[in-house]
Amino acid sequence: MAAHEISGEVHRHEAPKSFIRKYIFSLDHKVIGIQYMLLAMTSVLVGLIMSVLMRMNLSWPGTKWPILGTLFPTGAPDGVMSPEFYLSLVTMHGTMMVFFVLTTAPQGGFGNYFLPIQIGADDMAFPFLNMMSFWVTLVGFVVLILAIFVEGNQVVGGWFSGLGDWMQGGSGTVGPIGGWTAYPPLSALGKIAGPGQGAGMSLWIISIAIFCVGSLLGALNFITTLLNMRTRGMSLMRMPLTCWAWFTTAVLALLAFPVLLAGGILLFLDRTAGTSFFIPGGEVLTDTLITTHQGGSPILWQHLFWFFGHPEVYIAILPGMGATSHILSTFARKPIFGYRAMVFAMFGIGLLGFFVWGHHMFISGMSPYSAMAFSILTLSIGVPSAIKTFNWLGTLWGAKIRFTVPMLFAIGFVSLFVAGGITGLVLGQTSLDLPMHDTYFVLAHFHLVMGVAAIFGMFAAMSFWFPKMFGRMMNETIGKIHFWITFIGVYSIFVPMHIMGIIGMPRRYAQFAENGQSIYHFIDPADPLVKFVTVAAIVTAVAQVLFYFNFFWSIFKGKKAGENPWEATTLEWTTASPPPHDNFAGVVPTVYRGPYEFAVPGAPNDFIMQTETDAELASHSKGTSGNGHDGHGH
Amino acid sequence: MGRALGVLIWLLTLGSVLLFASGKWWFPATISEHGPEIDRQFMRTIIVVGISFVAAQVALGWAVWKYRATPGDTTRAVYSHGNNRLEIIWTVVTAIVFISLAVIGQRVWAQLHFVGAPPGSFQVEVVAQQFQWNFHYAGVDGQFGRTDPSLIGSSNLVGLDPSDPKSRDDAVLATLVLPVNRPVELTLRSIDVTHSFWVPPLRFKQDLVPGMAIHVHFTPTKTGQYELACAELCGQFHYRMRGYVIILPEDEHRALMALPPDQFQSRVGQLRQQIPISY
Repeated sequence: MAAHEISGEVHRHEAPKSFIRKYIFSLDHKVIGIQYMLLAMTSVLVGLIMSVLMRMNLSWPGTKWPILGTLFPTGAPDGVMSPEFYLSLVTMHGTMMVFFVLTTAPQGGFGNYFLPIQIGADDMAFPFLNMMSFWVTLVGFVVLILAIFVEGNQVVGGWFSGLGDWMQGGSGTVGPIGGWTAYPPLSALGKIAGPGQGAGMSLWIISIAIFCVGSLLGALNFITTLLNMRTRGMSLMRMPLTCWAWFTTAVLALLAFPVLLAGGILLFLDRTAGTSFFIPGGEVLTDTLITTHQGGSPILWQHLFWFFGHPEVYIAILPGMGATSHILSTFARKPIFGYRAMVFAMFGIGLLGFFVWGHHMFISGMSPYSAMAFSILTLSIGVPSAIKTFNWLGTLWGAKIRFTVPMLFAIGFVSLFVAGGITGLVLGQTSLDLPMHDTYFVLAHFHLVMGVAAIFGMFAAMSFWFPKMFGRMMNETIGKIHFWITFIGVYSIFVPMHIMGIIGMPRRYAQFAENGQSIYHFIDPADPLVKFVTVAAIVTAVAQVLFYFNFFWSIFKGKKAGENPWEATTLEWTTASPPPHDNFAGVVPTVYRGPYEFAVPGAPNDFIMQTETDAELASHSKGTSGNGHDGHGH
Repeated sequence: MGRALGVLIWLLTLGSVLLFASGKWWFPATISEHGPEIDRQFMRTIIVVGISFVAAQVALGWAVWKYRATPGDTTRAVYSHGNNRLEIIWTVVTAIVFISLAVIGQRVWAQLHFVGAPPGSFQVEVVAQQFQWNFHYAGVDGQFGRTDPSLIGSSNLVGLDPSDPKSRDDAVLATLVLPVNRPVELTLRSIDVTHSFWVPPLRFKQDLVPGMAIHVHFTPTKTGQYELACAELCGQFHYRMRGYVIILPEDEHRALMALPPDQFQSRVGQLRQQIPISY
């Protein structure tokens, strides 16, 4: 075995013995990856429950929820949600989902676990930094949860009020009010701007700043690991597309998060230190002229926020694209169509992603000439996205598809990515933004493309790599039922939202009727759609129990998985399930070929492992007939 | 499994298309000069979107229907790493279509935003505050009185300076009254947080940003009463920040503007009750 000759030279770190070093403060990228996934699975549950509460309030305003009345007596008196309570749900739902789900699981979770293994490394370049990035992120999460209670609860709010005016909370909401974008001056002025602008908003900013630091540490680690720690023979163009996706994502994160961090610090200073980066002079609130601020620009925040915020969209979706490409090729039993084009398209999306942030600001008061430039650049980004779709379809053409659960979710990803992404052609145009901006059309667009498609990427990734991570298969039947309900469910939720947007329904409205009277007549026609979407959302949300049950049940009771249950080709499938502490048990794998060698004519099996030498292939084809498992030589 | 998934993808595609094409739900009829061009551009775009959406989904459904592995079949998939020629053709075609759409969409944008309001436009100063719209009219003299934020209070919503003679005939109302078929120039301000001026049938939306005076213009083309909504999250009662726009025949509007402030106000109050709300 030529590949194994140098195993004696390899530096091996011993697996830690104590529980705390092994599972809590672990330096092992695999444990850290799972920690990130568990964090995301916790956050997504909170975010999901919040979204259902919002739907209930939109469809049936005034409904009594006794449990809410108990938990948040001021925000939901007698269990009836107040508008400020609803808006804080909007804010926390968005923040949880964008930061603690869509940024953590695809990159920090799956990337952490599989990037080192797929490139043949024994760990990340900086294991300690890796541990730090998770724990910093977790602190950010704890601070965010604190923001809920410091605003929502008088008692908890009281603990912090001693710190000064900026930490006065207890408004009765479940957190700050600002959406995930927190536009100043609303977010900058403090309690005078209304409920949800006190301590909760300060903690929200601190939480996001901490999150930025955690993501930066992670990004540095990913880039260094990928560039320096690839095993012998693993040239860049032999890497699985997942690695390209995680790499591109890390570059985006490295360039985007510092800008949000800086913006967050400036906003925090405006709130606490009397600076005026985002607060102009002459502000009047509740008949009081604010004399302590002048000269700031609210639009400056929007530039800083969206300079981060748009690349963030790609940070959420690129790893899903990587996983989808990888999984489609594996279960199509066919090489990926246009590997190079996929790599270039990914980099094209990443690069262009930094020049389109202004499309969030067409009507913000920004120069209309900049708007025109941003609009044309925005529609250009559709081109690499179209290349990717074309290549996914090309990969399926002439395939022999195996409909496993990961494959179903990967196909679902393609369908949803098209459905959600294509309406970017509408929203990217300056003139069409006049009717569409801040309506449900926007909600529909980004939920489909960066929310649901990205989540489908994660479901695909989870069911695909579960046997590698836990040594057992997830239950196929439960997985399939979960897929069918979720796939139909998300279409039923988000396609009608486009129509609501065309009717003109604005986002972030706590309710559309009050005391049985509609507030805006132009929204009335949307009413049946609003109720339909709520029912679809409840059904889809409840169906997610299947996933959670399947996950935890399969860890203990799932069918045992071998090394390579999917007959896949990349390095993670050449080692044990789960892999040993140093990933390859002291062996340094050597790579001889590209990552997607399926259906190679004349080869003994319909897949060739990246580690298989030509000599091994030749000896196999003499002796075996062709459909054998474990066609690699370990 | 493959066939079921293929059919499901087609059904979801069909359902989505039918929902868009049903005719039951669409924009409210437009009432501005630029509105029809926005609607046409929307139609052009939605047709491109629809064709791309249907083509991609039909192809995806077809692929999973046709290329499923069947039990007992030992043949392999097609061994292909792609096709550069197809790749290049596809890239060029999408680039041309997408960028053309973006360029065509600029026309109506340029018409609204690259040129100022035509001379003789009817002018109103809009001052937004949390959960309330205030419209400041110049009065008979056609000149706006001086305003100062330090004078703002519950009885002086835009901070009019009473010592300025030009301010004496000025009126501040909660309703926007505009003439039909005459260009309108609005000066948009906010005294507290960012708001957004959104009248769906006008096909017009613009943020009102504290510290800025944003000048916009458009021409209403149909009389009636319409709802005005705030489209930028501005706090607790964002959803209640409703206003009304009344569009009157030009002579009626001119007569209204010639009234002294208190009569003007009470007449607008009557009009609010008399004219049904269109939507």
